[in-house]
Amino acid sequence: MTLRQEARPRRRGLRSLPSTLLLWLLALGFIIPVAWFILSSFKPGSELFSLPLRLFPEDWTISGYTTAWNRFNFAQYFLNTSIVAVVTTVLTVLVSAMTGYAFAKYKAWWLKFFFICVLATTMLPTEVIMPSSFAVVRDLGLYNTLAGIIVPSIITATGIFMFRQYFKTIPDELLEAARIDGVSEFGAFWRIMLPLAKPIAVVLAIFSFQWRWNDYIWPLIVLRDPDRYTLQVALRSIVGADNIDWSVLLSASVISLVPMVVLFAIFQRQIMNADVNSGLKD
Amino acid sequence: MSTTKTVDGRSAETSALITVGRRTQRVRRPRRRSSTTFVLAPLTFIAVSVVLFALFFLWPGALGLWYSLTDYTGVGTPEFIGVENYVDLAQDPVFYSVLGRTFLYTLLSVPLHYVAALGIAVLLTNSMAKGKSTARIIFFLPWLISPIVAGVIWKWLFGENFGLVNYLIETLGGQGLRWETDPTLALVLILIVSTWGGTAFNMLLFIAAIRNVPQSYLEAAQLDGANSWQRFYRITLPLLRPTSFMVILLTTIGSMKEFAMVQALNGGGPGTSNMFMVQYIYRTGFERADVGYASAASMVLMVILIVIAVIQMRFDKRNDLA
Repeated sequence: MTLRQEARPRRRGLRSLPSTLLLWLLALGFIIPVAWFILSSFKPGSELFSLPLRLFPEDWTISGYTTAWNRFNFAQYFLNTSIVAVVTTVLTVLVSAMTGYAFAKYKAWWLKFFFICVLATTMLPTEVIMPSSFAVVRDLGLYNTLAGIIVPSIITATGIFMFRQYFKTIPDELLEAARIDGVSEFGAFWRIMLPLAKPIAVVLAIFSFQWRWNDYIWPLIVLRDPDRYTLQVALRSIVGADNIDWSVLLSASVISLVPMVVLFAIFQRQIMNADVNSGLKD
Repeated sequence: MSTTKTVDGRSAETSALITVGRRTQRVRRPRRRSSTTFVLAPLTFIAVSVVLFALFFLWPGALGLWYSLTDYTGVGTPEFIGVENYVDLAQDPVFYSVLGRTFLYTLLSVPLHYVAALGIAVLLTNSMAKGKSTARIIFFLPWLISPIVAGVIWKWLFGENFGLVNYLIETLGGQGLRWETDPTLALVLILIVSTWGGTAFNMLLFIAAIRNVPQSYLEAAQLDGANSWQRFYRITLPLLRPTSFMVILLTTIGSMKEFAMVQALNGGGPGTSNMFMVQYIYRTGFERADVGYASAASMVLMVILIVIAVIQMRFDKRNDLA
């Protein structure tokens, strides 16, 4: 690339045209649905379907938002989803770090065996065994509780794998030095290794929050009481109705996106540069 | 002199030996005391995961297998009926149509996802294109959006009577397309939405992998007169093999269990023409409370996923997982 740039600097402006054009055509295709959806959410209900359709609202209003927020107990859904996402994320990071650490720094046949079991969970996700997963949650007395969504979601192959790969790159000498100094195994993990793994913890925390915030399957099968609904289940109940209240649905959906957008704005660098080569997604 | 030399030399040697000895001792000493420590510590570290794994993967798996051999309806005691559910399943035309539709969808979506993610990643790492950092954020946005909201967004855009797309088609003098009532068009729409939503993550994987391709390879090829397509096809693409396998495997599994987005987009409609496996399992198990039958379908899906995974793993020669 550099060769060509140096060789023919004048033609570069012209040569960049096709790829730039293609790139931005695709980008437009990706953004237009979102733009249309967000702009529509600021239209009053009467304007949503009035022809000719306009890209921008004629008179901007947030009436859809206030209705959405007040009508469906939306604040409650928002709170439920936040509790689930935050608690699960904290537990996921801790459990994944411990498990990944054990896989990276200790050797035993049963560790290898369990590692393969963990990897197998990517192939056999909850969706596949929904009916019996439900029965298990019910038998554990977790049916219709937020804990029923949190506890099963803690363990994730992606998280464990990320930590394992990271801890493998930390030299064993560090651990041995700590042992010589009489640090206990748990102390070495907690005071030396875990702080070193902070970058991975941040990435996994973001991923976990996204998985849990946007999760639909577990809340769907575990929650019955509408007071306990998470946002995704609540949104699905609006969009699945015979007569969809689009004004409310659009605004409610936009509200549900806000935390993720904020998170992205803060951690954009970490997310985009996350070399999640494990690539196993939940 | 010579004695001192030897002594010196020896002492140096011995001290080296001692150091080595000490080091090995230091390494070994904890290992000797460890037979208990080095079992207890890792066991404690993985304990929570083991319990959770047993509770939420092993138990449901075993229970699912048991249920599939019973007439369980969610209440009461399951009664053992042998392989009756499987026999029924093998004769159930609905099951076959669901399975066929799921396979068709997977077969179409995997290449689409792959080409879209790879193409966009190439464009985003191309030194020619302008505005890459903004475009990258745009392509990544769908990752933030839940499958349910993705369904809402595209349902709103492609509504048969109210959507922007049909409005534009009609304004341009065409006939609005039946995105909701035509099964084929509905499937096309599902494919568009899932590609839109799935690109972000795969694209990141590809971008990271493309950046790891040594520049010197490409420059050497360029000096040898390879054009940009040849350079991509002969150098970059082969080096992306591990990432490609990962993306294809994950997309295949993801497509086979597609559910949430379709629920919001069209509910598997029109009718049940685009019902996929997970939705079928959900309907049978939860709405019709035929847990035994649904579990049998679950087991079939599970076996299919395992077979797919094993086949693809065999293709992938990478062994760094275990």
